[in-house]
This record gives sequence, C-alpha cells and structure tokens, in this order.
Amino acid sequence: MELILSILLLFMIAGALYALFAKDLLSALIACGIVGYGLVICFLLLKAPDLAIVQIVVESITLIIMVAVVLDSTREDLKETIVLKEKGVSYINAKYVFNVLTVIVLALFFLFFFNQAIDKLEPLGQHVTRMSSAYIEHAAEKTGSANLVTGVIFDFRGYDTLGEITILFTAVVGVLTILRLKGRK
Amino acid sequence: MSPIVKKVAQLMVGIIFMYGIYIIVHGHLTPGGGFAGGAVISGAFILLVLAFGSNVMNLKSREEGSSVVESVAILFFLLLAVLAFFIGTTIFFSNYLPKGNIGELISAGVIPLYNIAVGVEVAAALFTIFLALVIYKEEIST
Repeated sequence: MELILSILLLFMIAGALYALFAKDLLSALIACGIVGYGLVICFLLLKAPDLAIVQIVVESITLIIMVAVVLDSTREDLKETIVLKEKGVSYINAKYVFNVLTVIVLALFFLFFFNQAIDKLEPLGQHVTRMSSAYIEHAAEKTGSANLVTGVIFDFRGYDTLGEITILFTAVVGVLTILRLKGRK
Repeated sequence: MSPIVKKVAQLMVGIIFMYGIYIIVHGHLTPGGGFAGGAVISGAFILLVLAFGSNVMNLKSREEGSSVVESVAILFFLLLAVLAFFIGTTIFFSNYLPKGNIGELISAGVIPLYNIAVGVEVAAALFTIFLALVIYKEEIST
C-alpha cells in the first residue's frame, strides 16, 4: 500500500508543478483537480472515509466555482516576462551561486534528519499515544455513537467542532463584507 | 444553459438533496456527518443556480435567507451545548440525553442534533459564499 501511496503522491506533485507553470489558467485548474482527487484516493487507502466524502464534495464545489471564474475572465496568465539573460552579463553571478548552494545545503540537512526520524517512527497505521487506544476502546459505549469519528468530534472534542463552525461563520461574514460594491442599505 | 442541462439538473437535484440529508441524519452510524452532508446539500443548491442561471431566481433575498439560516444554525449548536447547564450537569459539551442502543437510528444522545445543526450551518455557509460571488458578478456587470 505504501508503494501505491508513493505513486499517487508523485502524481499529485507532478500535477501541482504543472499547475504552477501552465500558461492556460483552465489547464492549471484541471491540474489542481488532480491534486484534490488524488488526495481523495489517499484518504480512502488510509481508511478515512469520513474525510474522503468531505474532500470529494468540497473539491468538486471549489473546482466548479474556480472554473466559472476563469471562464469569465481573461483565461491568460498575466505574467510579466522576466529577462533572465541580458547581453554581456554572465548568467552565473554571486547571487545565483548562493541560491543554489543554500538549496543544496538545506536539502541535505533535512534529508539527514528525516532519515533519522523515520527510523524512530512506528509503522504506518499504528497509534502511539495512550489516548487514542482509550478512544478506540471506550468511545462507542461512552458516547453511544456507532461511528467513532462522530463520537469523538461531537463529544470528546466538542470545543474543536465549535471552533471549526465559528471559523466557517467568520469566513462567510468576511466574504459578504468584501464582496459588496455598494454597501447594504 | 441548454434544455438538456436544465432537465438533468431538475432530475438530479432532489436525489442529491436527499442523499445529503441521509448522510447528516445517519452521521452517528455510517461514515460522514454534518460537514460532509452539509457540503452535499450546498452542492445541490449550487447545481440549481448554475443550471438555471442567476436571473431566474430572486437571488438577493435568497442570499439574506441563507445567511440568516447559517446564523440560526450556529446559535442552535451553542444552545444545545449550553442546555447541559440547565439540565443539571456541569460540563459544557455534555451528552445529557439517554444513549439508547448503539447502532439504532435514534441513539447516541445529543450527537444527532449536533450533526443536524452543523449540517445546516455548513450547507448555508457554502451556499452563501457561492451566492455572494454570483451577486458580485451581477453588480459589477451592471
């Protein structure tokens, strides 16, 4: 399963990179869709159907809204042309060398420490905290809910859910405030 | 949109809406819950607006209605949580109703009520954002 996940993640990275460099905005959006729907398959493989349902619906809605916006606008990326090479000036200067060296040094640094961390990790799918096993064993009888995820997010983590819907409420108030040309009477 | 799109939207919207209600109401039994079901319901409304255009419906009043529904839903959620104080427990998010048998539709105390409140909130919020974008476009073009 880890192999399938790795292939999916590589596919998603390729889609994200294409979305960054695409000339046409519509094809960039379709590439964004690759990332979202790939994430849905990742959630299903990792046995999180609750998240997968939310992800597939929200991804579809946001993609539809963005496609509507792009079809209504210029559809072209308004990017100013960057002149990389002027006449008589060398392409490789001190700044370029410094940037490349920084990237290489940081990549090696993180690779080393990630490698150290992966050796210490538990295998995929095994929980390490004591609370999680307590949740799995007692959530059904304490909350009475057959779906453990719902039992946790509405009973043990009720404040969390309250915060989430408050964030949604604040987002809507913000959108309604910004998207007003004439102001409400 | 063309008549084909309109007809298919008419046929599908009811089924999508019912499926969203099913996901919300069965949130404590099967995967899903308030967030997923609310997103599905708002998808049904968005499909309706996309298929029939923005000039058919009276969208301005609908936007106000959906934002009012959203505020009422979040108040209902808070009220359910605060109600525990009046019933006798001293915990904010207490499950004060009887639990019932695990696996039945009417069980798990207040969790289905929380689910319904969150579902209405999410559906109204996503639909309000969509309507705000549509109305903004209309205002900018006129």
